[in-house]
Amino acid sequence: MKHEVIEKNVGLMIVLTIVAISFGTLVELVPLIFSKQVSEPVEGLKPLTALQLEGRDIYIREGCNTCHSQMIRALRAESERYGHYSVAGEFVYDRPFLWGSKRTGPDLARVGGRYSDDWHRAHLMNPRDVVPESNMPAFPWLFENTIDSSVTPKKLQTLQALGVPYSQADIDGASAAVEGKREIDAVVAYLQNLGTVLSEKR
Amino acid sequence: MSSFWSNWVIILTSITIIGITWLLFANRKKDKNAGETTGHVYDGIEEYDNPLPAWWFFMFTITIVWGLGYLAAYPGMGNYKGFLGWTQEGQHDEEVAKAEAKYRAMRDRYLALPVEEIARDPAVLKMGQRLFGNNCAQCHGADARGGYGFPNLTDNDWLWGGTPAAIKHTLINGRQAAMPAWGSVLGEQGIKEMTAHLLNLNNRSVDPALAAAGAEKFGLYCAACHMPDGTGNQMMGAPNLTNGIWLYGGSESDIAQTLRAGRNGMMPAQAKLLSEDRIHILTAYVYSLSHKEG
Repeated sequence: MKHEVIEKNVGLMIVLTIVAISFGTLVELVPLIFSKQVSEPVEGLKPLTALQLEGRDIYIREGCNTCHSQMIRALRAESERYGHYSVAGEFVYDRPFLWGSKRTGPDLARVGGRYSDDWHRAHLMNPRDVVPESNMPAFPWLFENTIDSSVTPKKLQTLQALGVPYSQADIDGASAAVEGKREIDAVVAYLQNLGTVLSEKR
Repeated sequence: MSSFWSNWVIILTSITIIGITWLLFANRKKDKNAGETTGHVYDGIEEYDNPLPAWWFFMFTITIVWGLGYLAAYPGMGNYKGFLGWTQEGQHDEEVAKAEAKYRAMRDRYLALPVEEIARDPAVLKMGQRLFGNNCAQCHGADARGGYGFPNLTDNDWLWGGTPAAIKHTLINGRQAAMPAWGSVLGEQGIKEMTAHLLNLNNRSVDPALAAAGAEKFGLYCAACHMPDGTGNQMMGAPNLTNGIWLYGGSESDIAQTLRAGRNGMMPAQAKLLSEDRIHILTAYVYSLSHKEG
């Protein structure tokens, strides 16, 4: 086939371009969709509770994931500092995942249980109060805003439709579980759960 | 990966490599018939149709050969593991094992020695400082002097005990303080009286009548944990209330707030995070902070 034929037919060029670039997707991505290693949860992984889920949405709203990754790479320098490297099965209920690609702040994949709730509250109110050299912004409004409990069951329902194993009781109790809670309660609950499914001594 | 998907990857990868090779060679123009043009003419400007420079062509060829070599050595072709047997996890575990082999013996040697002894060893303190910086400084501060709600570790005033055994217990199992809220029990007047009594215990000037009323209530509500004389009880993490050291602030309003709402400081357990030898070294470091020698 002459180059000229392709170059003068935009439609044909689009089709052939798509064919050319689809090989990478077909090889690298499609098999993973059917791979147990990435689609099955690790042992002991539980879906987020209603409060933790609200916390996760606030985490996304405030853009925490732009400065904090949630992905410990399989390198000793990382597992030494943060704990067991992240595995695919930990993220099967995450929609979307929050791995991130930039670490202005530390990785948070295993921050759960490392600090007290009080610490997280003090830190989110004003990070400089506990870490003087921190350049993280303060989030004082989390202490004032209450969670809109009317939409929480819908969030659980949506995730259930996507395959997260929430029971009907979880969905029915979702509103009550977050009723009257402040946003800070939800964020702290979410953070304290992060990465706790896998632990490893260093 | 199932054999279907393994074959899928192998076949598609092979097709891609063969296709690209074919494209490269089939389009290759060899004869350097200088002067041949593509036939485009625009405003009298023509375009030469020279072959691809040889170095350019060979770079393409080298990338293909490199790719084949890579697929032979590393996992890439479906379930084929590559002749090097490399995996990401394997590399990680190897790095960890190497570091363990290097440092394990040294740490085990320290583990066998008592905390009081190694707390004087500069090498241990250097390691301890780094462990502290990574695991403890976020709450207790890089200088270990703590802050509002987080105890100062350098002043030899201990909530849960400052012996090596007590420090180690704190590190391994964490601590959960439980000071209840007394607002509803004492009432605002009661809190005023109790605050006066506590300030009085620290030799601050107060209304003696208020302090006396507070002292009476102290015996009733507070002495069980803080002891009748207010010197605290390390078994329960009840702080000494007579030495002028206040975890949550020592002003009149701070103390009143502590009484009103209670305090539940929590030290997270490190048992699942740090190995025994590291906890031992950290214990020595923390112990050394309040046992500096001249």
